[in-house]
Amino acid sequence: MARIKFAVDGKAVTVNADPNMPLLYALRNDLKMTNPHFGCGLAQCGACTVHLDGEAVRSCVMPVSAVAGKKVTTLQGLGTPENPHPLQAAYVEEQVPQCGYCINGWIMTAAAYLKKNPKASDAELRDALAGLKCRCGTHVSILRAIKRAQTQMA
Amino acid sequence: MNARIDMPLSRREFLKASGALIVSASGSAFLGDALAQVTASTGRPPVVPTELDSWVAIGADGRVTAFFGKMDMGQSLDIAIAQIVADELDVAVDKVDVVMGDTALTCNQGGASGSTGVFQGARPLRNASAEARRLLVQAASGKLGVPVEQLRVDEGVVSAVPDASKKVSYSELIGGRHFNHQVEWNKQTGNAMDIKVPAKPKPPSEYRVVGKSYTRRDLPGKVYRTEKYVTDISLPNMLHARVIRPTRAACTVAGVDEASIRKIKGARVVRDKDFVAVLAPGEWDAVRASRMLKVSWDHAKAAPFPAMADLHDHIRKAPVVKREEGTRKGNLDAAFKTAARVVEAEYEWPFQSHASMGPACAVADVRADGVTVWSGSQKPHFTQLGVARLLGLPPEKVHVIWVYGPGSYGRNDAGDAALDAAMLSKLAGRPVRVQGMRSDGIAWDPKGPACVHRARAALDASGKVVGYEFVSKGFSRINIQTNESDPSHSLVGMSTGFPPKPNEGFGTPAETYAFENKLLAWETIPPLLDSCSPLRTAHLRDPVGPEIHFGSEQFIDELAFAANEDPVAFRLKYVSAPRDAAVIKAAADKAGWQARSGARERSGDVLSGRGIAYALRGGTIVAAVAEIEVERKTGRIHAKKFTVAHDCGLIINPEGLRYTIEGNVVHGLSRTLFEEVRFDRDKVTSIDWMSYPILDIKDAPESIEVVLINHPEIAPTGAGEPTIRVIPAAVANAFFDATGVRMRKVPLTPERVKAALARA
Repeated sequence: MARIKFAVDGKAVTVNADPNMPLLYALRNDLKMTNPHFGCGLAQCGACTVHLDGEAVRSCVMPVSAVAGKKVTTLQGLGTPENPHPLQAAYVEEQVPQCGYCINGWIMTAAAYLKKNPKASDAELRDALAGLKCRCGTHVSILRAIKRAQTQMA
Repeated sequence: MNARIDMPLSRREFLKASGALIVSASGSAFLGDALAQVTASTGRPPVVPTELDSWVAIGADGRVTAFFGKMDMGQSLDIAIAQIVADELDVAVDKVDVVMGDTALTCNQGGASGSTGVFQGARPLRNASAEARRLLVQAASGKLGVPVEQLRVDEGVVSAVPDASKKVSYSELIGGRHFNHQVEWNKQTGNAMDIKVPAKPKPPSEYRVVGKSYTRRDLPGKVYRTEKYVTDISLPNMLHARVIRPTRAACTVAGVDEASIRKIKGARVVRDKDFVAVLAPGEWDAVRASRMLKVSWDHAKAAPFPAMADLHDHIRKAPVVKREEGTRKGNLDAAFKTAARVVEAEYEWPFQSHASMGPACAVADVRADGVTVWSGSQKPHFTQLGVARLLGLPPEKVHVIWVYGPGSYGRNDAGDAALDAAMLSKLAGRPVRVQGMRSDGIAWDPKGPACVHRARAALDASGKVVGYEFVSKGFSRINIQTNESDPSHSLVGMSTGFPPKPNEGFGTPAETYAFENKLLAWETIPPLLDSCSPLRTAHLRDPVGPEIHFGSEQFIDELAFAANEDPVAFRLKYVSAPRDAAVIKAAADKAGWQARSGARERSGDVLSGRGIAYALRGGTIVAAVAEIEVERKTGRIHAKKFTVAHDCGLIINPEGLRYTIEGNVVHGLSRTLFEEVRFDRDKVTSIDWMSYPILDIKDAPESIEVVLINHPEIAPTGAGEPTIRVIPAAVANAFFDATGVRMRKVPLTPERVKAALARA
C-alpha cells in the first residue's frame, strides 16, 4: 500500500492503495468519481479515458502510482452543462450517444487531439481516434460532432 | 370521475420513494436507492394492467408521468413515448416524464424486445392517455358546468369553447392523486400487453407533436456523466465480485484452493456447486483475487466443439432437431424438373458476440424481507421472475430496477449478471456488485447462431424464376431464451443444478417475392454443448435477420445476374407489395442507382461497386444501397456510403428514427466485415477486442443518407432492428458489382477478400 497524491478535476486528492492498482479503480472506488467506465481493462476500447497533464490516457492500465503529483481530468472535469467543452456541446447538438458507455473515450481523446491539431481533416481525425470502440455504431455522428466542435473552436 | 383524494404526493416524492429512474425533460436522474412499498407509501393502486394509474399519473405540479414497461436501449424510445402521451393528453411534450422498466412501477410489457417499443409498447400508453383525458374532461365538465362537447384541452388546461374564462387545469382536477379507474386488459403479458378503454385515441390528423423531432432526453446525463449507469450503483456495505468462469468449456469444479487468495485482505470465495466467485470490499481486490484464485476443474467432456474451420461442415452434417416451413406453395419438384436453368448457392454465417461496450454488471441486495436488483437487462420483469426462481422466493419479494447498462443488443450477458448478483448477495449475506471482465462479455455472452443457408432457384428459358427454395440450417436462436425468467437459461442456474431447457427457433426470409413455386424453411441443429456453453445461442440484434438476408438477398442478386437483369429492376419485377416496391425505388432513386446487368469490365487497384438489398421486419420495410470500394492489394473493403429507405408506417420522431437507422447501418457493417467468434476444440478464444475485432472508425462510412417514408394512416411498426438485416447483403452485392466475385461467407475479412480475388 502507498499514499499517492494527485489532482482530479482541479481538486487535490490522496489515495491509499496498491501502487499497481490502475488509476480507474482509484477514481471509481476510492474517490467515487465513477464517470470513467470500465470497458476492457486492456487499453483496447477507450471507455476509461482521462487526461493526465493534458494527454489522453487509458486509466484502466495506468498504475495509480504513475500519476503521483500529476493532474488528472475526467469527462466531468472537462466541462459541465453550464460550462461545456465544445465537444460536449456538439455531442448534445448532434444527439450522438446511444448507450453512451463509450463517450469518455471519444470526447477525451478528441479533446486532447484537437488541442494539438484543431484543424484536423477527416482522415487525420479517423487516425487519431483509431482503436476507440463504439458498439452502437454512432461513428458517423461522432465525426459530425467533432467537426461541429472544430468550427466552434476555430 | 371517481378519483379518490388520498395522500397527495408530489411526483418527485413518489418516485423518490421507489428509487426509480425517471427520464424527464431536463434529463434523467436516478433517485435514491431505497425501495419502499410503493403502493403502501403512496396510495397508488397495485401496479396491474387493469388500473389506469398503472399507466399514467398527473402530478400536483401538473406534470404527467407515463409508466412504461419497456425501456430505451439507446435509440431514444422514451422521447417517442412522451410525444405519444403528450398528444393524447393535450399537454406539452416537456411536461411528460417517462418511467421505464422498474418492476415496482411498471407493468410487464416485455422489456426491450424485437423493435416493439413503439410498435406494441406504445399502444397501452396511448390508450391510457386517451382514457385519462376523457376522465379529466368529464370531471371538468362537472366542475365548470359545461357540456363535454363544448370543452377543449390546451397544455393540460380544460376550457369552455364558448367562454375561455371557464377553465380548470389537470393539476387542479387530479394533481398528485390517483384515478382509481379500471381499464380492460387483453390478458397478455409481455410485448402484446394492451388495454381497451372507452375513450377513442386521436386520429393521426390531430397529432400535434407526433411526427416532429424532439431532442432525446438522455444527452446531458450521458455527455456530462451526471447519469448513473448500473455500473455506478453503490450500496452501503457492498462487496465487489467476480465470477470465475471455467478455463475450458464442459467443466465441473473439482476443488477450490481458498488459501490461494489469502494474501488479499478481505477477499473470500463463495461457491455453490459449479458456481464459484470471489468477493472483496474493494473492486481491484476482487479483480486480483479472481486472477489469483486456484480452481481445479474436471473436464466432463473432451473437445466438445468442432475445429473452427469445420464449423459449417458440422452444421451441414448435423441432425435436424426441428424443421419448420414458413412458406410452401406450388409444385417445386415440377418447377425444378422443367427448369431451363437451375441456380444454386450456399451462404455461411459465423457465431457472433453481443460484445457490448462494457461487460455486464448488476447489483443485488438480498435481505430477509425482500430482494432488490439493479440491472441493465433488457427485460427486468423477467429478471424478477428469474431471480425469484433462482432464490426460491415469490416474485413479489423481488424488485428489479432497470438502469442504463453498458450497451445491449438482445440477450447479452446482462441477464446472467443479474442472476449472478442475486446468488452472490444471498451467499455473502451482503449487497454485491458484480461485473465481468472483458473476456466475460465476449467469450461467455450468449451468441448469435452460426448457420448455413442453401438456396436454389429454377429459371425458365426466358429467365423467369419458376421455382425458389431457401432453407436455413443452424443453431437455434433460442437455445437460451430471450429472457432470464427461468434460471435454466442462465449460467448460474445451469451451474447450480437447473437443467438446460433448449428451445428451437430460427426464421425465414421476410420479403414479398411472388415466385409461383416457393419454399422458405429452417432447420435447427443440436447445441454443441448442453449446459453452460460459451457457444450457447440466443437473440442478438435482429435475431437471425442479418444471417438469413445475407443469403437470401444475395441470392436474389445472383438470380438477377443469371437472368441478365438489373438487381433493382429484378426486385421490382417480383415484389408483390406496393409499399415494398416504393421503398426499393426510394433507396435506388436517392442513391442515383445506374441500372446495369451482366458482367462488366473491371480494372485498377481500387474497384468500386454498389449493391442493394431489401427486407421486411415486423411490418417495417427497408432497403439499403451500399457503395463500396475494394482494395485489390490489401483486400480491404471500404463502405463509403449507404442510402437507406425506411417505411415503418407512422413516424413518431424523425430525428430519433434517423439516428436509430444510422446505428443499425454501422453495427451491421461491423458484423459483415469483421465479426466472428473464434474458438478451439474446448473454448472460445475470442476474449478481447483483438481477438473479436469490430468496426474501427477508420472503416466507418463517409455518409449515410436516410429516406424516411411516412405513412400517418398506418400504425407505427418498429425501427430498432429492421435496417441491420439488409446491410450484409447490400455490401456483398456491392462487392460483386465491384469485383465480379461472390462473397458467400461472413465476415468479409481482407484475408478472405484477397483469397477470393486470387481464385477468381
